Amino acid sequence: MDVIGIIDYGMGNLLSVFHALERVGSDVRICRKPSELAEVERIVLPGVGAFGDCMANLTQRGFVDALHEAVIRQKKPILGICLGMQAMARRSYEGAECPGLGWFNADVVRLKPRDLSLRIPQVGWNDVTFRPDSPLFAGIPAKPDFYFVHSFQMQCEDPDQVEASCDYGGPVTAAVRKDNIFATQFHPEKSQDYGLRLLENFLKWCP
Amino acid sequence: MLKRRLIPKLQIRNLPFGGVTRPVLVTTRQFGDFVEIGDPVSQARIYEAQAADELIIVDLDASADNRMTLVDVVKKASAVIFMPFTVGGGVRSVADFVTLLSNGADKVSINTAAVETPKLIDEASAALGAQCVVLSIDYRRTADGLYRVWTRGGRVETGLDPVAWAVEGESRGAGEILLTSIDRDGSRSGIDVELTRQVAERVSIPVITSGGCGLASHFVAGFLQGGADAVSAGTYFCFKDENTMQVRSHIKNAGIPIRLHR
Repeated sequence: MDVIGIIDYGMGNLLSVFHALERVGSDVRICRKPSELAEVERIVLPGVGAFGDCMANLTQRGFVDALHEAVIRQKKPILGICLGMQAMARRSYEGAECPGLGWFNADVVRLKPRDLSLRIPQVGWNDVTFRPDSPLFAGIPAKPDFYFVHSFQMQCEDPDQVEASCDYGGPVTAAVRKDNIFATQFHPEKSQDYGLRLLENFLKWCP
Repeated sequence: MLKRRLIPKLQIRNLPFGGVTRPVLVTTRQFGDFVEIGDPVSQARIYEAQAADELIIVDLDASADNRMTLVDVVKKASAVIFMPFTVGGGVRSVADFVTLLSNGADKVSINTAAVETPKLIDEASAALGAQCVVLSIDYRRTADGLYRVWTRGGRVETGLDPVAWAVEGESRGAGEILLTSIDRDGSRSGIDVELTRQVAERVSIPVITSGGCGLASHFVAGFLQGGADAVSAGTYFCFKDENTMQVRSHIKNAGIPIRLHR
C-alpha cells in the first residue's frame, strides 16, 4: 500500500484529513519537513487561512522546492484541498497580489456571485457537476453535495483542467486536474460518504 | 445551488457519575434546568449516520480547569464524524482557538469573551481566518420588547443590541453568526424569526439561528421567514422520534434547497 503524506506547514486542521484518510485505509504520515516527502508515494496539501500566509509558510519551511521535486519531476500524485488547491495557481489576488506554485494557468480571485443576496464566504453544502469520465469521482452519483467554505476561487484559463464546478451565483471551480495533480475547493474530509469515496479514489488513482 | 443547513447542537456538562466527573450531553430550558441525555460522542455518531450537515458542541461548564474534558470530546468526535463541527464554551484567547482547532474542531464559537474583549474577534480572524470564527450571540427580549445580549451562559445582561453586535462582529472579522434566543431555548415554541431576519438582513456573513424548534415547520420558518442560512437545535433532536432525515423531507417539500443524501 502506498504511504500517503499530509504536509504540515502550520495552516489549519490536519487531524480531520488524517482521520478521513485512515478511515479509507491508507498508511498516513504527517510530513513536517520537506525531506519527508521523499518517503511517501502520495501527497496531500491541505490548508485553511490566508493565501499570503500559506505561501510564506510553504516557502519558509522549504516545501516549495521539495514539492516541485516530488510532484513535477517525480510525478507523485498530489491532492490539494481548499487553500491547498488555490496555492497551485499562478497567483492570488487575496490581499496583496501574491505568486503561487504556478502548476495551473489560473488566478485566485474573490467570489463575485451575480445574486447579491448570496453571502461571502460560501459556507455549506453545494452540489457539483463533474466530468463523467473523472477517475476521482468514480462511483459517486451525479450532482453530489460537498462541503465548501471559501471566499476566493480559482479561475482557470484552460477549461480542460476544470474537473468539477458548482454554482454560486455563477460558475465556481470545485475541482481541477492536470497530469498527476488533483485538487478540490471543497473539503472531502468533511463531506461524509461522498468525500470519503473521493479520497479512496485518490488513493487508487494512477495518473 | 448552496443548501441551507441543519445543525444539531450538543450541549455538554461535566457531571459526576460513578465517582468520576465526565462529559454528559444535556438539554436545557431557558439556559436553566437541564436534563441528562447521554454520551456526547455516541450522539454525534448518530447525527453522522442521519446525515446532519454540521454539528455544534458547546461546553456549558467550560473553564480553564476542565478545558481538557472538552478537548477530549473534540478529539474523539473528530475521529468518528466526517462533517464540519464548531466547538465553544469558555474560549478566552487565540491560544484556546488553536488548542481546539488542532484537536479537530473546524470552527470555534466565542460569546462572553467576545463581548468582554471584542478585539479577540479581530485577533482570531487575522491569525486563523474568518472561516473559523463563529460569533455566538445569546439574547433575551425585555418586557418593553427590546432585544438585549446576555453573556456568561445567560446570567449577565450586557445592554448590547444583538443586531448592532452582529454587525460589529462581522466588521471585526467573524465568519458566521450563531443566534440563540434564551427565552425560547428548550421551549419548543418556535424560532424567533423576527430577530433572525433583522440580523440576516444586516450582515453578509452566514447566520445560524437557534432556540425553540419543536416542530419540523419551525425549521422551515427559520429559513423562509427568518432568512437564516442554517437552523440549529438541541432539544428537538435529542428527545423525539424526529431526526434530521425526516426534518429534511419537510424542508425539501417547502421548496427550500437542502441536502438529501450523505
